[in-house]
Amino acid sequence: MKRGMLDFWVGLFIAAGVVAILFLALRVSSQSALPARSTYNVTANFDNIGGLKVRAPVKSAGVVVGRVTNIELDTSRYVAKVTMSLDNHYHFSRDSSAEILTSGLLGEQYIGITPGADDKMLTAGSTFKLTSSAIVLEQLISRFLFSKAEDSGDKTNAGNQ
Amino acid sequence: MREIWFAGVLSVLIIVVSGLFIGMVLALQGYDTLSRFGASSALGVLVALSLVRELGPVVGALLFASRAGSAITAEIGLMKATEQLSAMEMMAVNPIARVVAPRFWGGIISMPLLAAMFSAMGIIGGYLVGVVLLGLDSGTFWSQMQSSVDLRFDVMNGVIKSIVFGIAVSLIAVFEGYDAAPTAEGVSGATTRTVVISALVILGLDVILTAFMFRGI
Repeated sequence: MKRGMLDFWVGLFIAAGVVAILFLALRVSSQSALPARSTYNVTANFDNIGGLKVRAPVKSAGVVVGRVTNIELDTSRYVAKVTMSLDNHYHFSRDSSAEILTSGLLGEQYIGITPGADDKMLTAGSTFKLTSSAIVLEQLISRFLFSKAEDSGDKTNAGNQ
Repeated sequence: MREIWFAGVLSVLIIVVSGLFIGMVLALQGYDTLSRFGASSALGVLVALSLVRELGPVVGALLFASRAGSAITAEIGLMKATEQLSAMEMMAVNPIARVVAPRFWGGIISMPLLAAMFSAMGIIGGYLVGVVLLGLDSGTFWSQMQSSVDLRFDVMNGVIKSIVFGIAVSLIAVFEGYDAAPTAEGVSGATTRTVVISALVILGLDVILTAFMFRGI
């Protein structure tokens, strides 16, 4: 093998490897991973976060505007304190509400922001005033069963009289 | 240069072909399972995540160990058996710097590139089976993949894994070659040991790295 041919093939090999890495970076993965510098943190307190996880998306009108960065229990009031970093491009008014939603019936949980009408905007470190918790399927089912039982109980009572 | 040729370029064929086949098998098997849950649109996610996170670095490193690692061991061992290394020492040439170090670096440079090629070819194989053969929608395949695979979290961790495996395999290969008994049996035994120890170390390191990288998320 001549030296020139060797160099050529090694160069081709390196180039192919770099192309493969670029393919993985650009075609396969998302660039939606928000750069760390252009975000600001806001918090929201929820009574129950259900199955929300760190790194879950924060969406407004279906568009990803940020990610959940931290979840902890606020032991003074026993509510879940969720910290999320939002993209600097997006600003929401101070009376926006945050709710925990599920994509699909069994999909991942995410935070949905419904914008409000206030002129003042949420700034770094501020807190959502209005929140609604995750729907826990078991509670929903038990509530439904209880109301059914109450209904049938009323009917039998009415029949006896 | 010659060492990258030796470790990298000559391994490209086996890496590319097996990557393509593994991607195809993943797509076929994954489609069978996912379609039972009506989630066959998530096939791209399944193929891409399992390749980028695990199979690319691990299977790539196993193939690399058996293709290039064994060859490096045999080459150095044979140099030792034919007393070329002793001759270098007689000429005041340090055989570690002259023979061992370039092969070690060649292996380290080649490994991440090979793992990336493996993953890329696997995803193309998955695309061929999923979209061309099984008739999934091409847009769904790519967009679901892109929304689930994270550049920093998944791709970078895969690259880090492949670099670690490259260091481990190259180190084992040059050590076994240099440590081999200077006989025919010694060289053949060292070659076998390289492949066996490399495979064990790769899989063991993979457990540790995965536990650190993807724990609890």
